[in-house]
Amino acid sequence: MKVLATSTPDHVESLWAQASELNEIPCEIIRKPERGLVMVRGRAGSAGEQFNLGEMTVTRCAVRLPDGETGVSYIAGRNLEHALIAAKADALLQSESHHQQAYDAIVAPLKQHNEKNEADRAAKVAATRVNFFTMVRTREDKK
Amino acid sequence: MAYVAVKGGERAITNAHNLLAEDRRGDQSIPEIEADQVREQLSLAVDRVMAEGSCYDRDLAALAVKQSRGDIGEAIFLLRAYRTTLARFGVSEAINTRQMRVERRVSAAFKDIPGGQVLGPTFDYTHRLLDFQLMANGETPLERTEQADELLPEQVPNIEDVFAHEDLLEHETAAANENETVPFDLTREPMSFPADRDQRLQSLARGDEGFLLSLAYSTQRGWGGTHPLCGEIRLGEVDVEFIPEELGFPITIGQIMVTECQMISNSRTIGEEPPRYARGYGLTFGHNERKTMSMAIVDRALKNRPAEGEKPEFAAHDEEFVLYHCDNVEASGFVQHLKLPHYVDFQASLQFVRKQREEWAERQAAKEAAE
Repeated sequence: MKVLATSTPDHVESLWAQASELNEIPCEIIRKPERGLVMVRGRAGSAGEQFNLGEMTVTRCAVRLPDGETGVSYIAGRNLEHALIAAKADALLQSESHHQQAYDAIVAPLKQHNEKNEADRAAKVAATRVNFFTMVRTREDKK
Repeated sequence: MAYVAVKGGERAITNAHNLLAEDRRGDQSIPEIEADQVREQLSLAVDRVMAEGSCYDRDLAALAVKQSRGDIGEAIFLLRAYRTTLARFGVSEAINTRQMRVERRVSAAFKDIPGGQVLGPTFDYTHRLLDFQLMANGETPLERTEQADELLPEQVPNIEDVFAHEDLLEHETAAANENETVPFDLTREPMSFPADRDQRLQSLARGDEGFLLSLAYSTQRGWGGTHPLCGEIRLGEVDVEFIPEELGFPITIGQIMVTECQMISNSRTIGEEPPRYARGYGLTFGHNERKTMSMAIVDRALKNRPAEGEKPEFAAHDEEFVLYHCDNVEASGFVQHLKLPHYVDFQASLQFVRKQREEWAERQAAKEAAE
């Protein structure tokens, strides 16, 4: 779910559109994609008592496959299609007969793409780390 | 006196809205700005709107900036208004800033802080000279940003870890029974005093940057004497975990960018405890360094309580003053409501002044007659 939630809606939609064997499986929609809020909590001093930092938009959805597996999604943002695909993918990932196929077609490429982006960004950030050095005297001390 | 409804403004209002829309669009020979462009290229305005609008959604905040013609206070108001239309699914697990994917991290207190001083995308050290290239032909060619071979550690230690062995910092630990208590929520309950830390931090996190900045500044200049030192400031993405009721276990629903600041200031001795540095904490959505530092300083100033051996004497120490006035949607609403018709108030006030003047004239006449 983390991979599906942290990928861009465009990327998720394009992979799903290509996965014709998966996207043609009929799904019963238990809960239509619905937008709402989740209150995000923080901790005082990073480890202390909890407080309410502010809310974020979230879209949720729930579906059921013909074999009975259910899929649930809660995805940051307001994209209904993203939440719907994520719920279907979640259901497929739980179904023994489709798990591998769904993982290979959807999750693996998203994961690979996200990891590459994160690694590129991390390398650029690391290049802004300060390397302190001390000036070394080049002249001999006076006697 | 009966209330007299005044009508007749509808047409003027419609026309004013149309004129506003025209002005928002500006010169139509210049391409219209897209919300996506605002999101990507005015990202710090977007961050401020999310932080003070108290709602994390980059697309909505960008739309609000566009719609408000760049009036950040108005954009914050739009976002606050929008959030009231949505149901709340629940509350997240507390975010863990220790596991932040750090994009920037500096400490002014420790040169050799473990993990290093990481500058990230900062305006600090820029020369503050206008770059006319950005105006001349649009795009400035980007210089390739170097990529380091050695990455930062996966978890960059924070200021607490650095001090842990000496126990020099005031403790900030979660209560053992925290599952039994619900943190204060300003969106559901009115302010109440004395305010606990949870109420204070929520209020400051969505408080006005300018107000908190000036208050923080006042404490540095002698109206508060907190002498803060920036223990650590960090910026980066954290996972947000949420436990949906239908699942019963936490799932990651997204990643959000946050700025965190730990101020250390004025060691003090509480009760029989050894002396320790007091701490102030700042945490906001997005990249909001000035605001987050101000929040941390004001949080520290509000710890100035007699129970903790200190004497509250300045504005920044007064929690009712600070918390009642830091919200810019409320403040701007109350100040700006003065633009709305106050015809009846003014009539009453006029009658009063006229009566005072009559009495004054009578007194003057009597005085002259006596002379």
